[in-house]
Amino acid sequence: MARVDVRKTYKLYIGGAFPRSESGHSYEVTDSKGAFMANAALASRKDARDAVVAARKAFGGWAARTAYNRAQILYRIAEVMEDRRPQFVDAVYRCEGGSTARANKVVDEAIDRLVWYAGWADKIGQVTGSANPVAGPFFNLSTPEPTGVVAVLAPQASSLLGLVSVIAPAITTGNVVVVVSSHQRPLPAVTFAEVLATSDVPGGVVNVLTGDAATVGPWLAAHMDVNAIDLTGVAGDAELARNLEIAAADNLKRVRRAPAAETDWSTEPGLEPMTWLLETKTVWHPIGI
Amino acid sequence: MVSTGSTQRVSTGSITGGFDYAPAPESRAIVDIKPSYGLFVNGEFVDGAGASFKTINPATEEVLAEIAEANAADVDAAVRAARRAYARVWSKMPGKERAKYLFRIARILQERARELAVLESIDNGKPIKEARDVDVPVAAAHFFYYAGWADKLEYALPGNAHSGVRSLGVAAQVIPWNFPLLMLAWKIAPALAAGNTVVLKPAETTPLTALLFAEICQQADLPAGVVNIVTGAGDTGQALVGHADVDKVAFTGSTEVGKAIARTVAGTDKRVTLELGGKAANIVFDDAPLDQAIEGIVSGIFFNQGHVCCAGSRLLVQESVADEVLERLKSRMGTLRVGDPLDKNTDIGAINSAEQLARIRELSAIGEQEVAGERWSPPCELPERGFWFPPTIFTGVTQAHRIAREEIFGPVLSVLTFRTPAEAVEKANNTPYGLSAGVWTEKGSRILWMADQLRAGVVWANTFNKFDPTSPFGGYKESGYGREGGRHGLEGYLKGTE
Repeated sequence: MARVDVRKTYKLYIGGAFPRSESGHSYEVTDSKGAFMANAALASRKDARDAVVAARKAFGGWAARTAYNRAQILYRIAEVMEDRRPQFVDAVYRCEGGSTARANKVVDEAIDRLVWYAGWADKIGQVTGSANPVAGPFFNLSTPEPTGVVAVLAPQASSLLGLVSVIAPAITTGNVVVVVSSHQRPLPAVTFAEVLATSDVPGGVVNVLTGDAATVGPWLAAHMDVNAIDLTGVAGDAELARNLEIAAADNLKRVRRAPAAETDWSTEPGLEPMTWLLETKTVWHPIGI
Repeated sequence: MVSTGSTQRVSTGSITGGFDYAPAPESRAIVDIKPSYGLFVNGEFVDGAGASFKTINPATEEVLAEIAEANAADVDAAVRAARRAYARVWSKMPGKERAKYLFRIARILQERARELAVLESIDNGKPIKEARDVDVPVAAAHFFYYAGWADKLEYALPGNAHSGVRSLGVAAQVIPWNFPLLMLAWKIAPALAAGNTVVLKPAETTPLTALLFAEICQQADLPAGVVNIVTGAGDTGQALVGHADVDKVAFTGSTEVGKAIARTVAGTDKRVTLELGGKAANIVFDDAPLDQAIEGIVSGIFFNQGHVCCAGSRLLVQESVADEVLERLKSRMGTLRVGDPLDKNTDIGAINSAEQLARIRELSAIGEQEVAGERWSPPCELPERGFWFPPTIFTGVTQAHRIAREEIFGPVLSVLTFRTPAEAVEKANNTPYGLSAGVWTEKGSRILWMADQLRAGVVWANTFNKFDPTSPFGGYKESGYGREGGRHGLEGYLKGTE
């Protein structure tokens, strides 16, 4: 007689803990062929708000880490992912379909992307900052700083590589994240949250909500303690993207607009995924004796 | 004591012991203000299709000129002219040639500096010494700085040295009345250097130097349509930023209007930079060099009548030196000379408009009701005509008071105290704004710690209100996004080639 498998209901990841949705709601996740995979928590408005509170609490400490330390932690995430490769390959294969070879390649790219960003943590300031030759006896230095709490609507199709590609640039630069995973393909995000929980990433630096960007997105876009919102996950829904951008204007969030169609995540990202989340601070001091 | 015969005089404070300055008026003969002005579209001055409005001298309420109010059709004509110039001329011109036009403009600004300074002072109300020593020379410096970038753009965006960069197209630019020519320079110089063409709307109360700048563009033989100036008020601005054929919107002004612009451009491909309001903390520690700090507090809030988005409008002073700082501040304020903006000895000129004066009065009245402390101004005889407000401080202000939270945009300083550096940071950052901050202390490590902690785009340590074309300026949070000045200032006008 075949063994009956243990079906799992996955939870959210908020403030370093794994709570169920405050609403009690969950939804069925199916694989690319429509077969049942698991239940995932359906994030609510309250969950989004709790996640923002957790993120804000974590921001000061994370931003104050040395760039070297953030680099080490980003690299540590890559190490732990490497450890759990089979689980990620399986999740990507089942969620996104295609071949196992493709799933392997996607996981490779996701891990490599983390390594790429780990290297950026202590270089981005040198590339984007400047010593300004002002016309007077002043020391004048511009340095990039993280903008703060970033709401990220993660891509819908690329459930792992796309997810990593929107989270990593934010935390590399010292920002903290509330991410809404792919709605139909949340399991790689759940597994990624488990990796984060065991990779020295302080609780609250990344908060993962599974559910529908169309329902949770508006709460995050209008939240007055969110500093920036990445609309990547609503690519293709111009009306929703526009409404979210309008809501984001209430406190002048930095907005990364949704592309018309989902990005090709396999290409090297360039600096823009980091620079839109950086504030340039310029410090002046007189020079004299 | 010299009798001046002028009504626009103020007796000096105790330091001069009763002596008074003789008036030293700058001649206004150098400026030639026409009775009326049209719009500058496609290299020529044209009549607007809309109504007109008057611009006045805020120091005398004298009408200076009749100005065309651009309507939607006028704005459309200007955008079309800019698009044509972009497609046919400016985007195709090699950067080294574009650069030469910008260098020409910089030179003409220098050559006509006195004329521009006097005109700015008359139309805006700012003291001639500030227009002469800050607005005009820094505006010229901006053109000179960005001119040099025009043929080096591939070095302006990191990572694009080999793949190249592109301009955006037509830039819609809306600027405020506090630094009319300087804000024009901040907007137009980087836009043109990057290869964009522009339609710029100056503020309705201060259009004259922008219109003189239009003449300077003609003088420089700048190709027609590269710079277009449309005058008008909010409706003109809305028509401009909402125009379907602009690729870039750059705005300096209030946070409220900035939010409206962010909503207007939602769902489009328009790039946006916003440079908005502020409520800067100017933080004085007990080991600060007090003589310099007092000067910094004064220039922080009274420079340009406090019509400065990055004004140090909240003085945070460490409790142990609060009494001494206040006493010295009051003594220094007693020597400030309020009056005729064209007098070279004037420190504080006229408030820019009746509307702004009403807002300053309203918030000050609210401050008087709310705060437990004192409202204080030095003895100050204000001219009878024109819009005037004396330099004013409020003591005993707390974080909850409206005068500590809202941007007054006038010569009004709220004084708060703190005990520890952590408390200073907490209070300084307790605002939706994040444009600038000041720190005064002789301890280097504390300066750097404070600079790290303050959530503001510009931190002036042991100085205040310094600006330079090479130095990025702009805010965190609701003070807007994007930077102006320096290499960073080009980022808002360029994109990488994909």
